[in-house]
Amino acid sequence: MEILLQQIINGLVLGSMYALIALGYTMVYGIINLINFAHGEVLMVGALTSWTIIGLMQESMPGTPGWLVLIIALIIACVVAATLNFVIEKVAYRPLRNSPKLAPLITAIGMSILLQTLAMIIWKPTNKAYPNLLSTTPIEVGGAVISPTQVMILSVTAFSLVVLMWLVNYTKLGRAMRATAENPRVAALMGIRPDMVISATFIIGAVLAAIAGVMYASNYGIAQHAMGFLPGLKAFTAAVFGGIGNLAGAVVGGILLGLIEAIGSGYIGSITGGVLGSNYSDIFAFIVLIVMLTLRPSGLLGERVADRA
Amino acid sequence: MKNSKNLALYVLGVVAVLALPIFLQSQGNAWVRIADIALLYVMLSLGLNIVVGYAGLLDLGYVAFFAVGAYLFALMGSSHLSETFPWFKAMFPNGLHTSLLIVVPLALVVAGVLGVMLGAPTLKLRGDYLAIVTLGFGEIIRVFLNNLDQPINITNGPKGITAIDSIKFWGLDLGKAWKFDGFTISSVTLYYYLFLALVIATIIISHRLQISRIGRAWMAIREDEIAAKAMGINTRNMKLLAFGMGASFGGVSGAMFAAFQGFVSPESFSLMESVMIVAMVVLGGIGHLPGVILGAVLLAALPEVLRYVAGPLQALTDGRLDASILRQLFIALAMIIIMLVRPRGLWPSPEHGKTLQRKGVAPGTPVAPGSLQTHAPGIETPADELPGDASRPMSINP
Repeated sequence: MEILLQQIINGLVLGSMYALIALGYTMVYGIINLINFAHGEVLMVGALTSWTIIGLMQESMPGTPGWLVLIIALIIACVVAATLNFVIEKVAYRPLRNSPKLAPLITAIGMSILLQTLAMIIWKPTNKAYPNLLSTTPIEVGGAVISPTQVMILSVTAFSLVVLMWLVNYTKLGRAMRATAENPRVAALMGIRPDMVISATFIIGAVLAAIAGVMYASNYGIAQHAMGFLPGLKAFTAAVFGGIGNLAGAVVGGILLGLIEAIGSGYIGSITGGVLGSNYSDIFAFIVLIVMLTLRPSGLLGERVADRA
Repeated sequence: MKNSKNLALYVLGVVAVLALPIFLQSQGNAWVRIADIALLYVMLSLGLNIVVGYAGLLDLGYVAFFAVGAYLFALMGSSHLSETFPWFKAMFPNGLHTSLLIVVPLALVVAGVLGVMLGAPTLKLRGDYLAIVTLGFGEIIRVFLNNLDQPINITNGPKGITAIDSIKFWGLDLGKAWKFDGFTISSVTLYYYLFLALVIATIIISHRLQISRIGRAWMAIREDEIAAKAMGINTRNMKLLAFGMGASFGGVSGAMFAAFQGFVSPESFSLMESVMIVAMVVLGGIGHLPGVILGAVLLAALPEVLRYVAGPLQALTDGRLDASILRQLFIALAMIIIMLVRPRGLWPSPEHGKTLQRKGVAPGTPVAPGSLQTHAPGIETPADELPGDASRPMSINP
């Protein structure tokens, strides 16, 4: 029972990070129907930037409390990632807005490789220990433990989600985004500037990815140039799982995927009598996804879309 | 006049391709190796082109079939199985070492069946969902290859399988250099000719497929699945056929790869490989054979050639830039720039949209919306083509 509770906590933490990343995927997809392959790399850049900032601050101002350092690093990482994603969209995706759909996909893949390479050049291709800035004394919750870092991850995610919901549902920008996702041409006729909305979407997605990146690095205590790849892949899976283009779907998909992965890797050993170990944890996501999509081809909360959308 | 000119060019091309390894051999066998690998990638790209280019099904897990073929050959052509299983050793004291003439058809069939098995659950899915499912499938295969050394050692896990037979048929061994008096044909050159033969076979099959009824059906599905269905095309079987055929090419090239390297490990079959193969197809010109070949040769040979460029550059930047990092940088830049300059690929199909025109319509007239002139194969028209038609809700309210 304790194991289950512990794995549920771990799953929620993992899932909330997936949800943050998946939101970026799903928003971009909802508006320009593009799988932004470089999204995981934006996460990586956010994490590495924050690592640099933390290192600098610990040198120059050793007395600052950990949470303050983390917040400052997080904000700077968000700004850097947002700028980066804004530039990426301008350079690699915007010129291809009306070209065959696979072309932006290839530039996105190219961008992803490019960013990883640049990160190797700037930060050297080594694993970096990510400092733990919060206290390390775990909190007991009914037989399971939860670390302050995990508490922070859950609360930051919840906060980000609330802000995002408010942004999408109650602001002018959010309305413009929804309108553009619905139908860019009509939105343009109504006085919305699709280009501006798309840029804003990329910026918001990047901020969420950078937050997720800082969380991810804090949780695992490590940061390196290829760290964005796997979470990016799984978050995309989560976005599809929930129904791509649907924000609530991305959150639900991310959290469910995290839970499935954590509980699955916690129990797979005992279920299969030690035949399959937790090293198979990476494939749960995909197996669940394939089963799910076979049953419901448009994802959990996705609507049935006609073939000729 | 024009015909004779074309013929001359054609003959010249054939001679160049045939003489290439002999020329490269004199520069060192490493160059021939590059050419060999490039040919393998050409085969893979042609296989993927059937799935993506003809049938319009975006497959991001194509490398799985490559892996299946490679591991099949590795298991049947090395002593790994008889070393791990006593009962197997009792049956075959020195391992299977099956003949190539059995392994290649077997790889073709096994990969093809796997392709159909992957295709079956994904039939209902739209483009992007299909992409992620195939991607997941590729990852699943890789994880299994990586972990199947416990509890029964089948794939030898991350260590991979070593000491795989070279290709032997009719008493010829391609793993050893042939020596005539004073003239040597190295092993890599022999492989080059074998791969070349296979590539040519693949090209012929692909081309004949393209202009056959099957190819037409695929194209129809790519353009508009509902219309194709309405016209009596069995879309389900045709899609499965596309998956199966594409996969079988992948399986054969995998078997060749295993024999050529003499070693397989899960590392060779990462997602990045799949992505690279997709990139080759799209960069070259999707659905267009010469384009696909060009893309494959370019992306496969480019990194290797860049090795030689990266060295001096590294010296210029006093060693701060690693050669491998630089190579990656160049590839990424090449991908982005080529796509920005030529979104439809380096050598796109000149017949875009032609198939959709009725006879007697002058070329150059606008084609129906949603045809290939404006969009890549298998891709639905953008949401704003038909106002109000695209309802991809973006709501937070459940």
